[in-house]
Amino acid sequence: MTNYVLRQGLVHSASSQEIADVLIVDGKIAQIAKKIDAPSGTVEIDTKDCWVGPGFVDIHTHLREPGREEAETIESGALAALMGGYTAIVAMPNTEPALDNVALVSYVLDKGARTPIDVAVAGAITQGRKGELLAPMAEMAELGVRLFTDDGTGVQSPSLMRRALSYAKPLGVTLAQHCEDEDLAGGGSMNEGEYSAKLGLIGRPALAEELMLLRDLELVKLTGAKMHFLHMSTQNSIALITAAKKAGLPVTFEIAPHHFTLDESACSDFDALFKVHPPLRTKADVASLRDALRDGLVDAVATDHAPHAPELKDLAFDEAPAGMLGLEHAASLTVDAIGDANSSRFFEVMSRGPARIAQLRHSDVRIRHSAQGGDLVVGEDANLVVFDPSAKYVVDRDQLHSRSTNTPYHGRELRGKARVTIAKGRAFNEQGEIA
Amino acid sequence: MITSIRGGNLLSLNNVSKEAILEVLDTAESFVEVNKRTIKKVPALKGRVVASLFFEESTRTRLSFETAAKRLSADVLSLAVASSSVKKGESLRDTISTIDALGIDAVVMRHQSSGAALQVSRYVPHVHVLNAGDGQHQHPTQGLLDTFTVRQVLAEQRGTTGLESGAELFQGLRVLIVGDIRHSRVARSDIAAYAALGAEVRIAGPGTLLPSSLEGWPVTVVDDFDEALAWADVVGLLRLQKERGTGSFVPGLGEFTQSFGLTLERQKLLKPSALIMHPGPMNRGVEIDSRVADSSQAIIERQVTNGVPVRMAALYLTIAGTSEGSDND
Repeated sequence: MTNYVLRQGLVHSASSQEIADVLIVDGKIAQIAKKIDAPSGTVEIDTKDCWVGPGFVDIHTHLREPGREEAETIESGALAALMGGYTAIVAMPNTEPALDNVALVSYVLDKGARTPIDVAVAGAITQGRKGELLAPMAEMAELGVRLFTDDGTGVQSPSLMRRALSYAKPLGVTLAQHCEDEDLAGGGSMNEGEYSAKLGLIGRPALAEELMLLRDLELVKLTGAKMHFLHMSTQNSIALITAAKKAGLPVTFEIAPHHFTLDESACSDFDALFKVHPPLRTKADVASLRDALRDGLVDAVATDHAPHAPELKDLAFDEAPAGMLGLEHAASLTVDAIGDANSSRFFEVMSRGPARIAQLRHSDVRIRHSAQGGDLVVGEDANLVVFDPSAKYVVDRDQLHSRSTNTPYHGRELRGKARVTIAKGRAFNEQGEIA
Repeated sequence: MITSIRGGNLLSLNNVSKEAILEVLDTAESFVEVNKRTIKKVPALKGRVVASLFFEESTRTRLSFETAAKRLSADVLSLAVASSSVKKGESLRDTISTIDALGIDAVVMRHQSSGAALQVSRYVPHVHVLNAGDGQHQHPTQGLLDTFTVRQVLAEQRGTTGLESGAELFQGLRVLIVGDIRHSRVARSDIAAYAALGAEVRIAGPGTLLPSSLEGWPVTVVDDFDEALAWADVVGLLRLQKERGTGSFVPGLGEFTQSFGLTLERQKLLKPSALIMHPGPMNRGVEIDSRVADSSQAIIERQVTNGVPVRMAALYLTIAGTSEGSDND
């Protein structure tokens, strides 16, 4: 294994930020000091003017394998993640077929283990994500699965969700919900409001998200089970869940970069690149999400990376599938929203927070993953990112590492880039592995 | 703001200026005469190819557009795509690219999805796209022919012509649009056209059939339908679109008719000079009583007749006209 020394970056440990060298030996952090005399053969990496912190962890990645490999494979998704600064991702179970049993989960874990990063899996809550019968969560939990979700849609039935929470609680796993009441949102393709009315598109009201969130918060109160709320997108959702957390409920939530950078007006040209569920909301919602991020109310930024083949995004707006790419630009968008001065919070929402939610802080041989979201102390697995907050670049959808091109940011200038990602002790940059 | 459709597309009447609308109406005036001739044809678009692409069934709009194109001597490619390519999973982009490859100057397009015409205009930027109705979004030629018809009738009543009156007759004109506004592309185009020309627009309908948001709409919602009928100079009825699932938005057609149908009794509330309009096809006995539809106040047939010269104008201006007002082909 190659050993590395990261020179003179701003090293973000759990409690402090200091300019220092970081020595990585045999895939672990061996020393952090002002100036390290590295043993001969150690590869030097200049990290001056960069932040060195724990590698990003995305707890909401849609890989399309099995089923839609033309849009994304486990390998291509992992590469896109690596280039975006991620050292771990959680693969969502809405593949075809859905990841609702140990055989399918093992398939993804096996393929994930062959990529440079850690690929964990979220299992389905219900069989086939149909919302009818519970999936074998205990068997999947035995395999190392810690997060379960029917994401793509929420579990619509209140009684089934209640049962799922009661069943999950003693397993020590977390259920994650895509909050949208399909009875209210069904058939809609953008946020309900000023723009949907003008554009003649059926809306997905904010109420659809908030009503399911309210229901589930009450179910958490009832069952005492842990819950994570995926891609919260409205001002009211943030207020509701923040109040629930203050009241002591064991709940966490994530927000997605597109929800805090784009608003519903982006749909005005009927470009299905901007179609996503939950939909892009109002300008006021975007502003409140950014405030929540800066104020430290947000547990995690998660991408909801959703690759789609180009021909599907060429369908009419109401017929096209929902979702957009996220892995390769999430860090830039997040640092812009949080601000450079708040880099510790940046690593909290990009790495440590999500690692805690997905229970990836400690290594686990069952799912062959290393320790993520670390504190940057000696002895830790080297899952690190070297992030240059001032690097500017223009998004080019033809230069992405994902198999798909459905980014809503094509042509936009962004700032902040992962220069080097060190995953399980191996360092990578745009050119490949650094040796 | 679009100030002229010359050499461009006709996708929506939102953000189209008064001048641009008047240009179409005035051009249409000159085509009215063509439609009265024995030989109803001019060579204005000779050699040009217009594809008529209807993804959604339509009889009257399609006939009207194709008649308009033929009277301008254009060649019309009429493609039946309503049930074929989409069901086979072909994307909008592939469908339009295939037709474009045949060599066309313009495409007249109807689609069940809002925004489809705008999408197509991005895929084939060199082709003029005329929206013949997209989902619940826009039906711009309907908005144009409705305002054209109103101007024509009002001008006749005042012993002048539409051409001479410009937009003057719309100043302070009271327009009431009634029924299923929420799902109506006609309402969206009509409201934009009337408002641009200076009319005052009010809307009436059951709460469930009003748009989910009226932010930015140049309209007010009437509190009392009967009072609004007495107020109006023009009453525009809309088809209650049972095929779009409007059924679940009102308890029943009978109740809708009781509340918002233009019955014989309600017709008596209208000013004698008020005009009654309907884009068709009508649900007689639902949004309009059959006898009201056939009364002298109703100008529904004139709307249909005027569809041809207005669409001739739209085709002519977009295809033959450049933004400088000359033909550069």
